[in-house]
Amino acid sequence: MYDLLIGPFQEFEFMRRALAGTIALSFGAGPVGVILMLRRMSLVGDTMAHAILPGAAIGFMVAGLDLFAMTVGGLIAGLTVALLAGVVARVTDLKEDASLAAFFLMSLALGVTIVSMRGSNVDLLNFLFGSVLALDDPTLILMASITTLSLTVLAVIWRPLVLDCVDPGFLRSVSRAGAPAHIAFLALLVLNLVGGFHALGTLLSVGIVIVPATVGRFWAREVTGMVAVAVATGVISGYVGLLVSFHTGAPSGPAIILVAAAIYVGSVLFGPVGGVVPRLLPRRHLEA
Amino acid sequence: MVPQLVFRDLTLGYERHPAIHHLDGMVERGALMAVVGPNGAGKSTLFKGIVGILSPLSGRVDRCGLDRRDIAYLPQVAEIDRTFPISVYDLVAMGLWRQTGLFAGIGTRERDRVHHALAAVGLTGFEKRPIGNLSGGQLQRVLFARLLLQDARLIVLDEPFNAIDTKTADDLFGLVRRWHGEGRTILAALHDIEMVRTSFPEVLLLAREAVARGTPADVLTPGNLQKARRMCEAFDDDAGECRVAAE
Repeated sequence: MYDLLIGPFQEFEFMRRALAGTIALSFGAGPVGVILMLRRMSLVGDTMAHAILPGAAIGFMVAGLDLFAMTVGGLIAGLTVALLAGVVARVTDLKEDASLAAFFLMSLALGVTIVSMRGSNVDLLNFLFGSVLALDDPTLILMASITTLSLTVLAVIWRPLVLDCVDPGFLRSVSRAGAPAHIAFLALLVLNLVGGFHALGTLLSVGIVIVPATVGRFWAREVTGMVAVAVATGVISGYVGLLVSFHTGAPSGPAIILVAAAIYVGSVLFGPVGGVVPRLLPRRHLEA
Repeated sequence: MVPQLVFRDLTLGYERHPAIHHLDGMVERGALMAVVGPNGAGKSTLFKGIVGILSPLSGRVDRCGLDRRDIAYLPQVAEIDRTFPISVYDLVAMGLWRQTGLFAGIGTRERDRVHHALAAVGLTGFEKRPIGNLSGGQLQRVLFARLLLQDARLIVLDEPFNAIDTKTADDLFGLVRRWHGEGRTILAALHDIEMVRTSFPEVLLLAREAVARGTPADVLTPGNLQKARRMCEAFDDDAGECRVAAE
């Protein structure tokens, strides 16, 4: 049992780094994912994850596998796409989701083209699916910093974010914080996706944001509880996914997201808040 | 007569289409005024302009020194996402925004105020209930509890008694009377003409512009009501530019 559950982390530093990275990611991505889901923007997260690819790819073209260049490139590309999609939606008749979809397909095609022209197939795979088993110190520090920043900024903008979801008219009547909070939140989303990109790649980084958040919906009735469940799901997925990857040889990034997906399926079936089985099982009604 | 709100050639609308057109007039401090008119008359638009959610297309609203936080606004219930996982307590506590702002904590005194507000609307014991589990009348009570906490000098109520039973409407109107007695200025958009006749001293009949204004007996005549209905039907998607605005 020890060899199965703890040994790999005690024995190999790369496993400990991978675990530390996924735990750091989970603490930032959990609350961001819950708010994203409650704002009905889950697919926006997917779009933004693809949008960072060409920026990171340009960073790669300029400086090779350099953490700073790829991170800055990804951030600029992600924020630019968020901004452009918003502008196109406002100055034309196209809705924001369609506009984002168009930008994300352009970004994905552009990013894959850039990486393929400059790098090898291995580079392309790293871009798309990450390399969680190869996290070095600077990358870990970057991921932990992004989480620290996310939690700090979320603490400041939490009230307007929540109120903007539940009663936007009231928020606008008491404060002008709604729009700045939304923009800050989008920036946090891009930051977390960039952090996740180093471990899980562009295609899967959104997985650690969205899947744990959707799990939270099945276990908690209030936002705070959902965030706690989402963070726990992220941490458990990271731990179990890394073990599965270690023992079976499965690729680590996809293994982590597959474990999260398995928890999601279990939650859909057995989650006490709206799960399928609790709905089907007849229970006696209450007195009041 | 001390004004609380002054409308100066006020035009409000969406994408250049006016929903309120060249409105002039004022609301006296301490007034209890009903705003009535058919659907599409611009009642909600006017309220959004008053509370500052919507910027005027032209003209302006003079709030006579009122800060944004001195205004309490009850939006239509339809604008609230009832699927959002928030408890009654948390939604009511949002009424403390004036004191707490973005991140000040809620202490014992504030918690007591939330409990008192819930008690005042008859919802003691509902604190932990998610808003999605409330009836329409209960949700309206929750929103009135939030208004109580806002402790505002101007209270703007958009269709506060729609789709709720008579008992709830009477209870909540008791709060409106109390606020009026405390000298607060109250504007309420209503469809229940009988309630306006019996309970409001002043009425503004709106149909994208002011049709009439004064006591219910003077304003709510069959002729005025008929005129209001006709004016609302005059909305035109292909309208040209307003010549009044260009002058």
